[in-house]
Amino acid sequence: MFDTLTERLDGVFSKLRKRGKLHPKQVDNALADVRTALLEADVAVEVADDLVDRVRSRALSEEVLKSLTPAQQVVKVMNEELTVTLGGEHRPFTLPGAPPIVVLLAGVQGSGKTTACAKLAKHLRSKGRRPLLVGADLDRPAAVEQLRTLGREIGVPVWSEGRDPIKLAKNGVKEAERTGADVVIIDTAGRLHVDPEMMKQARRIKDVTKPAHVLMACDAMTGQDAVIQAREFMHDVDTTGFILTKLDGDARGGAALSMTAVTGRPIFFAGTGERMDDLEPFYPDRMAGRILGMGDVLTLIEKAQDTVDAEKAAAAAEQMMKGRFNLEDFLEQLRQMRKLGPIQDILRMLPGVPGGKNAVKEMAEAVDEAELRRAEAMILSMTLEERRNPAIISGSRRLRIANGSGTTTADVNQLLKDFEGARKMMRSMMGKRLPGMAKVPGSQLKT
Amino acid sequence: MWWYVFVFGVLAVLLVLAGTMMIVRRRRAALGHPRVYPAAPEHPAPQRRAAPRAEAPASGGAFHGGGLGPTLRGLFHGGTTETTWQQLEDILLKADVGPKAASDMVQRVRADHPTGGNVIDTVRGEILSILGPDRPLALDGRLSVILVVGVNGSGKTTTIGKLAKRLVTEGRVVSVAAADTFRAAAGEQLEIWARVSGAQLIAQDRGADPGAVAFDAVKASEARGVDVLIVDTAGRLHTKQPLMDELSKIKRVIEKAGATVDETFLVLDAQTGQNGIAQARAFTDAVEITGVVLTKTDGSAKGGIVLAVREELGVPVRFVGVGERPDDLRPFDAGVFADRLLSPA
Repeated sequence: MFDTLTERLDGVFSKLRKRGKLHPKQVDNALADVRTALLEADVAVEVADDLVDRVRSRALSEEVLKSLTPAQQVVKVMNEELTVTLGGEHRPFTLPGAPPIVVLLAGVQGSGKTTACAKLAKHLRSKGRRPLLVGADLDRPAAVEQLRTLGREIGVPVWSEGRDPIKLAKNGVKEAERTGADVVIIDTAGRLHVDPEMMKQARRIKDVTKPAHVLMACDAMTGQDAVIQAREFMHDVDTTGFILTKLDGDARGGAALSMTAVTGRPIFFAGTGERMDDLEPFYPDRMAGRILGMGDVLTLIEKAQDTVDAEKAAAAAEQMMKGRFNLEDFLEQLRQMRKLGPIQDILRMLPGVPGGKNAVKEMAEAVDEAELRRAEAMILSMTLEERRNPAIISGSRRLRIANGSGTTTADVNQLLKDFEGARKMMRSMMGKRLPGMAKVPGSQLKT
Repeated sequence: MWWYVFVFGVLAVLLVLAGTMMIVRRRRAALGHPRVYPAAPEHPAPQRRAAPRAEAPASGGAFHGGGLGPTLRGLFHGGTTETTWQQLEDILLKADVGPKAASDMVQRVRADHPTGGNVIDTVRGEILSILGPDRPLALDGRLSVILVVGVNGSGKTTTIGKLAKRLVTEGRVVSVAAADTFRAAAGEQLEIWARVSGAQLIAQDRGADPGAVAFDAVKASEARGVDVLIVDTAGRLHTKQPLMDELSKIKRVIEKAGATVDETFLVLDAQTGQNGIAQARAFTDAVEITGVVLTKTDGSAKGGIVLAVREELGVPVRFVGVGERPDDLRPFDAGVFADRLLSPA
């Protein structure tokens, strides 16, 4: 998602890394490139300037310039300042007060409020809450209908009666009291921050429902206007935080940096897909690492802990690192990994090493799920013994495997050859332990 | 299949880490140790400044944000200096023109700018020359088809409603096809717009194949003697290849049904930042965009991204959405656009 910004910054910093001692002029040149990279990522002009100024003043300190590894120090400073700009520590979304607790969603048209409402409802229900969705968007044709449909899909009640959004919102809270719902999520009409009437209406809805949270939905693809919107909404309805939507595209997400920077309010969640489950808590520090190409290993590990049997997996991995794995292990690992999500997504979360960022990306692009499935089919057509000891696979066995998996003997040959090659390479690579992983040279990346 | 190696590598590292962390955590829990949090950074991070909107921006830039931005005329009142050129660039940046295009434009303006002339006129001239002449709607033949595409929430359905209204007012028989069968209640939204605009609605149930809807729409429109068929499609992020392929298929199906797609409009939200270029490129690859409809220009966003889209892909802007009423869709006027882009924030 932040691919391009990451690449740009990576280029800038790898230039810095090549130099031993830093001259202030070099830092300035690098930071000018950083500014352009940030602007290309839609970071607001004022926020980019502020960030660059902060990094410059810290980077030019004696401490950094005189250190043995000044370039790395600059990267470190950049990472810290980026984290600060993104909102510092992760702030969990909490719902204080006595039920029913009201959460109001606001934002401009098309920012993804209605979808975010439903996703949030689903998320809160998974945390043991009993949410009620209230459709107070009476402006956009069929908005309430959309909310009802989504509500049916996720099994959360939707209430919307009346023609005045303010009264409707108020009655929605009463409805929650009546039905025993403990969280009320109110979907409001999209409004442009320059429309005083509509902003007044939002203010009134807020006054009568007394929400614990006013969340602003913001499209990750928004440009320079994001800060203007964020400020206006903050001024009029006292936004408590943001939901960053449509982060699954290739938007570089500068809006995310900018909104928190100018309002001081955190991004609580990010919408990362079209399914109702695709809402993730937002971690500023991890996102900063991601932007700088340090990967998002923490999220990956958390995901892994949630889905795989760690001890079994660690044992299997140990085997692999010793170079003693067979096709059966491969099959098992493949399935475990698939539980984590699409392989491309996993690869993207990995740390980019200096100069290796493109390699990782190239790999992510080249991984073909269909090919993996074909490989899986071939392995499944083998006997247990064949999987454990591929050496015994003779010509007639190959034909049987090909027939069984709907492939050709040439495919089977290729699989076995690649597997043997991979095993050899793994063994030599793992000898160098983890950092060696990144040393797969780009020239060998052709299929 | 070299990536086997990588897949293995990833797994090994990942699983070892996950396993180790889990075991460490378990041991710690057994020993009753508290969780250890990562140490704070050595250098205390500066306090984040929350700037309420009445205040100047946190940074010490030479310009001012919010509604207090300088007008260009004021800016160049006392002649041009290095600072004013920087300020001009910042104004373009804030209009989402993008760093490369903005810096190029300032370079050109500096080069072309006649001594004593007015800088604003030179900038305006540059913008107009990038945008090229305005291009009216090209509708001819028995049944004209307009395909409308874009990312989620850009305003496709609303644009179609307004466009239908416009064409109906011009005396054409218009039908709209609800080929957004994915988003909940998209069909209902279009139905309401059809009623408002006086267009005929062609729809199937949610979840139906959008290609089938498009095919039926062409056949039905032909049978009913419709002049213009406007096809609504589901919002899709341009990075989702299967969805982009689906779009190409919809176009092919329309052609297979015996019609030609006369116009393919990309609906682009004026708030869109630099990602707009990636969007335009991906949609052009999939369905050959013939024009951009710039929506939500009644907000504070200037929509400067269309300059880059025009320069890089040659796709002109055709219509602009200027408000929420059914009549609020206007043919694009480059002069109006340039004036707005250069107006104070």
